[in-house]
Amino acid sequence: MTFHPAMPYGTPDWHKSARKLADEGPPFEFTPENRRKLDEILTRYPADRRRSALLPALYLVQDQQGYVSGHAMTHVAEIIGCSRADVEDVVSYYVMFFTKPVGRHVLGVCRTLSCALNGAERLTEAIAGKLGIAPGETDPTGEFTLIEMECLGACDRAPVIMVNNEYWHECQGADDVDRLLETLRTRGVAGLTGCHHVKEK
Amino acid sequence: MRLAEPVLTAHVTEPNAHTLERYLEWGGYQAMLKALAQAPGEVIETVKQSGLRGRGGAGFPTGMKWGFVPKDVARPKYLCVNADESEPGTFKDHLLMERNPHLLFEGSVIACHSIGAKVAYIYIRGEFYHVQRVLEAELAKAYAEGYLGKNIRGTGVDCDIYVHRGAGAYEAGEESALLESLEGKRAQPRLRPPFPAVVGLYGCPTIINNVETIANVPLIFEKGPEWFASIGPEKNSGPKLYCISGHVARPGVYETSMDVTLRELVYDFAGGMKDGRALKAIIPGGSSVNVLTPDALDAQASFDGLVKAGSMLGSAAMMVMDETTDMVWLAANLTHFYKHESCGKCTPCREGSDWMYKVLQKILRGEGQLRDIDLLLSIADQIGGKTLCPFGDAEIAPVVSTIQHFRHEYEHYIREGRSLVPRAPWRGSGSLAHAH
Ligand SMILES: Cc1cc2nc3c(=O)[nH]c(=O)nc-3n(C[C@H](O)[C@H](O)[C@H](O)COP(=O)(O)O)c2cc1C
Ligand code: FES
Repeated sequence: MTFHPAMPYGTPDWHKSARKLADEGPPFEFTPENRRKLDEILTRYPADRRRSALLPALYLVQDQQGYVSGHAMTHVAEIIGCSRADVEDVVSYYVMFFTKPVGRHVLGVCRTLSCALNGAERLTEAIAGKLGIAPGETDPTGEFTLIEMECLGACDRAPVIMVNNEYWHECQGADDVDRLLETLRTRGVAGLTGCHHVKEK
Repeated sequence: MRLAEPVLTAHVTEPNAHTLERYLEWGGYQAMLKALAQAPGEVIETVKQSGLRGRGGAGFPTGMKWGFVPKDVARPKYLCVNADESEPGTFKDHLLMERNPHLLFEGSVIACHSIGAKVAYIYIRGEFYHVQRVLEAELAKAYAEGYLGKNIRGTGVDCDIYVHRGAGAYEAGEESALLESLEGKRAQPRLRPPFPAVVGLYGCPTIINNVETIANVPLIFEKGPEWFASIGPEKNSGPKLYCISGHVARPGVYETSMDVTLRELVYDFAGGMKDGRALKAIIPGGSSVNVLTPDALDAQASFDGLVKAGSMLGSAAMMVMDETTDMVWLAANLTHFYKHESCGKCTPCREGSDWMYKVLQKILRGEGQLRDIDLLLSIADQIGGKTLCPFGDAEIAPVVSTIQHFRHEYEHYIREGRSLVPRAPWRGSGSLAHAH
């Protein structure tokens, strides 16, 4: 069946739907500190709306473990008071949750128009070439994961890279890649440019 | 009247512009105290008089929206500030929040007072973690000085503001999907009616406004609604932030009024084209609006002016392309965005974006057929207006408008198997040509 007569809807090539099951991972429990943080976050929402704290809870999981495993989803579901399926539904929707272990530095290169017009394709190719990986992969040393992001909201500083979901690196050309990788290896995220607005402080 | 000097961004390049101390030096929070002394109905009336229209994309009159909140219900009411800022090309709320956060808090308290809300959530996109830290640090200071919280500065008004971080989803910026996301679910739109002003967050009356919209509110009370209404063209009043990016010499956020033309924005504000190359196309309001050609340069960059020119002001995100840009590639780049971000709820949008992307890829590979152009238009026709939220209309804009203005480029690709435009130096080699 197809709602557009010309399209071969339902054939494997043209049908996108797919369900990936989460890795269970090691046993998971929040550290007392993260649990305290979550309890504070829960006070921001009405008492009968604990599910509003689901995204913040998942960020805490990721801070603690680097990615969101099946066991962590079960733990979060128990604390929030929803089903594991509810949590899985959310984790699988939002791009900022990793469902398997990632490198020490996750390089999220913006690929959308304004960055692309300023060399983002070349930048991604250069990083991929240096690390010998394709977007979505982690290099063999476990140091870097390369992913492509959609517009990061800093198009005046194109091309932009977001590292580990939190740190920014702006105006990156393909020629800057050697230095960037070396800086991250030796100095970590402290070597990034940060957001230029922060620097104006 | 042209805006004489920046007001939203007057101090953003000064040291510590984001701090409460500096904000108070510049007269901060006085507008809020003025507004809190008025009855809620009066506040709404003042905002209506100013003519303020929403800066999130649709240009809906703000005072009118606030007036839709029912007054006689016992349920709590909420304000949700839309800080999702994910429309490609848009980065103005980013600047406002990072460099002028107290203006947003001040406007939020006024908005809450007008609709009878005691809580505001600032829903910020997940990628803006560095901005969230600024907001939370400054919120703490505002609480400590009594500008937020219980009995604000002795006025008897209570208002709490919380920052809620999303996790990477363009659709979370759509107002009903934002509410779903804030409730801890997938960011997927709701069927309307009922509209959020009546049944919104947790089933309660809720107003959703863009960051820039709310940031304008204190100015209305500080300088008066007549002043606000006098800035820019009629029905398109007040200061406006424009985000200019792409092939321009000085990309950035520029503040002026909506009597400005596209030509002034590109050539005066943004310093003209980079490296002296010729202008080929402008997307004036974020990737969800139609592409324009240099013919439209004299159009007024206002809500109404850009509709007249065949596009929209949207989020005022101008993406500027020079002559080295392959417009079929451009359509594919943006369609990749939409196919990646489609929330999956409505079949036409979910499947259609993927189909359009695959057809575009086929053309880019040199395997297209002339009937693929009509196929693209026919798929687009099956998507536009057939989805729960305007995402469907947004995702067809790049495809339909590039075919409208640059059909010869599509035809050349199909006939010759390659682009009419020589491969630009800023393009990659295509070694990662993705199948995803
Ligand atoms: C797919 C989609 C994405 C949107 N993203 C945003 C956004 O990131 N920020 C925003 O303020 N409005 C966004 N909007 C518009 C909102 O739905 C809503 O109209 C707006 O926040 C209302 O605020 P305003 O009246 O102050 O303009 C989006 C709409 C759609 C359909
Ligand atoms: S296009 Fe890359 S940050 Fe907007």
